[in-house]
Amino acid sequence: MEAESGPVSVPSRGRQSFRLNSTMDSVGEVEAAADQLATEAGLDEDQRFHVAMAVREAAVNAILHGNEYDPARKIHVSLENTGKDLVFTIADEGRGFDPEKLPDPLAEENLLRGTGRGIFLIRSLMDEVHFRHLNPGTELTLVKHLPPVPQKYLGS
Amino acid sequence: MALAIASRELDGVTVLDLSGRITLGEGSVQLRDAIRDLIAKGQSRILLDLGEVSYIDSSGLGELVSAYTTAKNQGATLKLLKLTKKVHDLLQLTKLYTVFEIFDDEASAIASFK
Repeated sequence: MEAESGPVSVPSRGRQSFRLNSTMDSVGEVEAAADQLATEAGLDEDQRFHVAMAVREAAVNAILHGNEYDPARKIHVSLENTGKDLVFTIADEGRGFDPEKLPDPLAEENLLRGTGRGIFLIRSLMDEVHFRHLNPGTELTLVKHLPPVPQKYLGS
Repeated sequence: MALAIASRELDGVTVLDLSGRITLGEGSVQLRDAIRDLIAKGQSRILLDLGEVSYIDSSGLGELVSAYTTAKNQGATLKLLKLTKKVHDLLQLTKLYTVFEIFDDEASAIASFK
């Protein structure tokens, strides 16, 4: 069951789902929640930055390109620390898109384009990225593997 | 924190000291407006000091590229100074490191415009 729109607070374990308005305020909330989850998971500064940035880019895409700031459309976000991974899902209610048809932002002819780097960055910064077509909308699942806990810290 | 932009002149070069975040809705538009203003005033040598830029997203990266191309198309030159590690890493990842002239040292950057 999803919580209604409102400030996002995240426990260190367990899955939390949120339904948020298509505004830039929601982007900030999702980014902060991702950063908090990554911090609580003990990731170093670089990894926390990667997670927060990838989740932010996904939220921006959902709101800007997916829902086109339409107040009638919501974004659906979930965050989870499974113990092995941090897993984020970000879904919009837009028309959907084919990620395989996006231009390569590293291609010489695209290097000077002002847009088109969001999905590339998400893929570069996370360990796994999965796309799912919804009806309507698109759901992205972003996964960051957590470093294994050294054996000496595990209970017998 | 949003983006703060301070402008100063040094040996015919306009240095924009940027501080804060360059992201969609928080700094991209300010940067675009600042560059357009400089070019409209005929300033042809622009150095962006990014030493205090704590965060940049894909929109901010796009805005840096647009600033570069806008300047170039108007016969102006835009270079970058003092990248933070985060910005440096993102410019490398996106191959934009190959597009810009980037300096760690202000004196060298200013001298490069002569």
